[in-house]
Amino acid sequence: MAVEAAQAPAPAPAAQASPGRAWWVEPALTVIAYLGFVAYATWAVFNGSKAFFAPYLSPFDSPAFGLFRFPTGYLLPVLAAIPLALRATCYYYRKSYYRAFFWDPPACAIREVRKGRYRGERSLPFALSNLHRYALVLTLLVTIVLWIDAIRAFDFDGRFGIGLGTALMLVNVVLLTLYTGTCHSLRYLAGGNLDCYSCTRAGKLRHRLSSFLDRLNPQHGAWAWYSMFSVGLTDLYIRLLQSGVLHDPRWIPGA
Amino acid sequence: MTGGTVTLLVYRGEDGNGREQRFEVPMQEGMVVLDAVHYIQAHLALDLAVRWNCKAAKCGSCSAEVNGRPMLMCKTRVDQFQGKEIHVGPMRTFPLIKDLVTDVSWNYEVNRQIPPFTPPADLKAPYTMLAEDVDRVYEYRKCIECFLCQDVCHVLRDHGEKSQYYGPRYMVRIAALEMHPKDTLDRTGLLDGQGGVAMCNITKCCQEVCPEHIHITDNAIIPLKERTVSAHSDPILWVARKLRGKRKQAV
Repeated sequence: MAVEAAQAPAPAPAAQASPGRAWWVEPALTVIAYLGFVAYATWAVFNGSKAFFAPYLSPFDSPAFGLFRFPTGYLLPVLAAIPLALRATCYYYRKSYYRAFFWDPPACAIREVRKGRYRGERSLPFALSNLHRYALVLTLLVTIVLWIDAIRAFDFDGRFGIGLGTALMLVNVVLLTLYTGTCHSLRYLAGGNLDCYSCTRAGKLRHRLSSFLDRLNPQHGAWAWYSMFSVGLTDLYIRLLQSGVLHDPRWIPGA
Repeated sequence: MTGGTVTLLVYRGEDGNGREQRFEVPMQEGMVVLDAVHYIQAHLALDLAVRWNCKAAKCGSCSAEVNGRPMLMCKTRVDQFQGKEIHVGPMRTFPLIKDLVTDVSWNYEVNRQIPPFTPPADLKAPYTMLAEDVDRVYEYRKCIECFLCQDVCHVLRDHGEKSQYYGPRYMVRIAALEMHPKDTLDRTGLLDGQGGVAMCNITKCCQEVCPEHIHITDNAIIPLKERTVSAHSDPILWVARKLRGKRKQAV
C-alpha cells in the first residue's frame, strides 16, 4: 500500500531546535581570529619595513628579496601570497569560512538565513578552489625556503647558537610543514588518485605514503590554526626585537 | 540512574503543521531516546508513529532529530541531557509520513541512478584482490544508510537542491565504486553533472553526524572532488589526457 507523504516540517529556528546550544560561538571566534590575522598579515606585508633582526627573518618577508616594487616604493613580497592562496583554497579553511562568514550553514542543522540560488563551488569565485593543488605545490617550495631561513637562524655571525627567535622560527616551520604535509590534495597526489596500487609502478610506496598521510590528515585543521598563529607570532617577535622592546635570550657556546 | 522522570517533547502530525506534544517518561538506567519513545508508544500515545528495528545502531532505521541535531534515537542516551527537556522530531529533509516517520524513498531513487560495480567483461568472480588495493574501501562499506548525513546536508536540507546533488551518502557509495581496483567505470562525469559533487562546500556536517564515524567529507567527498577536478577542470591534466588517451569508460 502506498503511503502519502507530506511536506517536511520546516527546520525550526535555532533557539527552538537546539535549546541551550551555543552554535554561534565557533563561527564568531573564527571570524575574529581570521579577520585579526588578515589585518595583521596585510600590515606586516605592506608596511614597507622588513622584519629582520639578525639572524632572524620573518616568514612574511622571506626570502629576503621582493619580486617587484609598487610605484610607492613599498616592497611587495609576492611569495607571501602563495601560502595565502593555499589557505584560501584549503579544504579545512573552506569549511571554516563557509560556516563563519557565509553562514552556509552557520553550524550543523542550524537554519540558514541566506536567500537566493545556491550554486556551491560550481560558480566563480568559489570554483577557483579547484586550483588548490597548484597552490600546494608552490607552497611546498616556499616551505623549503622557510626551512633554510630556520637553519640560518642558528648562525650567529658564523658561530652556532640558539636564541628564542631560533626556537620560534623552528617551531613555525615545523607547524607549517605539518599543515602542508597533511593537506588533502597532497594525499591525493601521493597516491589517493590511484584505484589499484598493486597494478601501478611504485604502487607499494605510494600506498604506504598515502596511508601515512591518511593517518595524519584528521589533524589538518589543528595544524592550520597552530601554523597561522605561529606565523603571526614569529613575525611579531622579530619586530619587537627590531624595535628594542624585547631582548632575545641566546645560548652561543664559547661566547 | 533509575528514578524520576524525563520530559520529552515529541513532534506529532502528518504534515509540516504538526505540533510538539509533551510527555513525562519514567527514567531507567542506561535509557536511550528510543526507549523513552517506546514507552510513550506503549503507555501514553498508542498511535505514535516511529520507525525502528535493531535498537543497536546498526540498521539505521530510528534516525530522527534530537534537540535539533540528527541522531539515531537508539544511540542517544537520555542522561546526557541532564534532566532538561528533550525535543524529538522527524528528519527535516524528507517528506513527513507521520510523527517521527519520514519518506526516504528519494534516496533509493538516487541510488538507482548510480552505475553499479562493473568489472572487466573477461574477469570472473571470485576476484583476487590485494589488501593494499581495497583497504580504503572498507570504511565506506560501514554505511548503515541511516540517512542522517543526507538530513543534515544543507544543500538538501536548506536549499532543497535534490535535483542538483546526490548527497553525502551517495558520495560515499560512488567513492567505494570509484576506488575499487576491479571497477572499470569512470563516474567523474556523473559527479560533475547530476551527482553534483561541486555543490558540496565541505562544511563537514555529514561527517559530524555519522553514527558509523565514516570520514565522509575527508575520505569520500574530497577525494571525489579531486578526481572530478583532475578529469574535468585541471588544464594541465587535460593536456596530458589528450596525449595519453582515456583508460576507463566514462559514464
